[in-house]
Amino acid sequence: MVVVEIVIVLLGLLFLVPFYFLLVNSVKEYGSILTDSANWPAAFHWSNYREAWKATEFPKAFLNSLIVTVVSNLLLSLICAMAAYKMVRRPTRFNKLLYLAFVAAMVIPFQAIMIPLVKVLSGLSLMDSTLGLIIAYLGFGAPITVFLFHGFVKSVPVDIEEAGKVDGSSPYGIFFRIVLPLMQPIIVTVIILNTLWIWNDYLMPYLILQSPNLATIPIATYAFFGQYTKQWDLALPALTLGIAPVVIFFLVMQKYIIEGVSTGSVKG
Amino acid sequence: MNRRRASELAQQFIFVGPAAVFFAVIVAVPFLLGLYYSFTSWNGIAKHADWAGIRNYVHIFTKDPSFLNAFWFTFRFTVLGLILTNLLGFVLAYVLTRKLFTRNVMRTVFFMPHVIGGLLLGFIWQFIFVRGFASIGQATGWSFFNLPWLGTESTSFWSIVIVFVWQNAGYLMVIYISALNNVPKGLTEAARVDGAGRWQVLRHVLIPMVMPAVTVCLFLSISWSFKLFDLNLSLTKGGPFKATESVALNIYNEAYTLSRYGMGSAKAIIFFIVVALISVLQVWATKRKEVEV
Repeated sequence: MVVVEIVIVLLGLLFLVPFYFLLVNSVKEYGSILTDSANWPAAFHWSNYREAWKATEFPKAFLNSLIVTVVSNLLLSLICAMAAYKMVRRPTRFNKLLYLAFVAAMVIPFQAIMIPLVKVLSGLSLMDSTLGLIIAYLGFGAPITVFLFHGFVKSVPVDIEEAGKVDGSSPYGIFFRIVLPLMQPIIVTVIILNTLWIWNDYLMPYLILQSPNLATIPIATYAFFGQYTKQWDLALPALTLGIAPVVIFFLVMQKYIIEGVSTGSVKG
Repeated sequence: MNRRRASELAQQFIFVGPAAVFFAVIVAVPFLLGLYYSFTSWNGIAKHADWAGIRNYVHIFTKDPSFLNAFWFTFRFTVLGLILTNLLGFVLAYVLTRKLFTRNVMRTVFFMPHVIGGLLLGFIWQFIFVRGFASIGQATGWSFFNLPWLGTESTSFWSIVIVFVWQNAGYLMVIYISALNNVPKGLTEAARVDGAGRWQVLRHVLIPMVMPAVTVCLFLSISWSFKLFDLNLSLTKGGPFKATESVALNIYNEAYTLSRYGMGSAKAIIFFIVVALISVLQVWATKRKEVEV
């Protein structure tokens, strides 16, 4: 047992080595990054961070990412919960067909729609706007989200809703006051899965956003690298800043994230 | 009666409408449009796309070695990616469901790479392959670290595999952990009483019982590796000499570097068909291996 413990801890340390390289070199001078990248820094150049913070306009990119991720998540959860609920409770021919379309669409890779999507969005004057990006996430995220909610609603007994009906609740009251609160566990799961995807997504914002002002963290990072190729004393602190929000979010929320990932997989 | 119908229609509209509309605008319509473009020679700028029939498809299969190369790369990468992530993920799960002192910390450590996006990971690892490995190589003298990791065809292939496994094994680990925890204790204990060793319990009780999780994990690892893009873009850009260009990156280059949207659409449709076929086949194949309890 002790041997197993030691082996797993060593493996864990090996897993952390990339973070060691990233952090340690992010505070070194350019010269010493090149000569001895494995060593502990001789002196800490915190100014690297100040420059990277300014060069990437980090607060702006962070805020853009935050807005897109939060708004997309809230709207996606709401509209998909409503749709999935109705599809389960009123399985008309139309609803069954629509559900089938959602399930089938789960296998569509983004590359298969990206070229015409840009045309559709520019036709709707939604290009180069945060709103357009959010709408794109609502549409592309809908299939898997509806699918996860659908499976959950099916397992909720109808009796509770009947009781609401007897008490005189409207169909909307029943959904918002009775069903939606019951769906809380699956909503947490869905938000976690969609957050991991949307926060880290590169291609969709790259195609839709052009103004540097709207850039999310992956877009800002990519643009930064194009400009400062191999200037590691700026690039490494920029990367550290880029991964910091999501790593902190993960460390704070890990209990929910790990639970969410396992429930999400069972339903999928 | 009429009022009831009207109310039901309104409900259908309000509940299902928004999701259906966004889905139609973002996925369904573009998908059908893409199908149409794939039969044209559209360059992305012209108002009119000239009809090309099946010319694009014929061209792809007869005169475009880069696309077939990208498929070959993606295929080899997928096979290795799925084997290695699942093996490591399962082994980690098997070890971390035992009563270890550092169990929870280690679960966190192995999962953490997955929360960081592929694009940033690619850049981080670019630094490690180019500078970090070199300095470890200098310190230890091990030739393994002195290889030109992003410089040759085979080493850059392995570079992407290494980063991919590092990124995703922990996610599969989490799924395998929850599956292993769901195996009824009585079952393993009964096997123990009957004289089964650790290996036999694993082979004849645990693995058959976690087959549903295997289905899910294979599905995930295949779809991740088959759609490889972000990591590919930032780590090697498909190089050297397109040796590590994935299908997704090839389609992207066709459309946005070469401005051949019609051709790109045809490639995207082929990509879609292959992804759909593999997903359906794989789920069908592993579902049959699941045992009912």
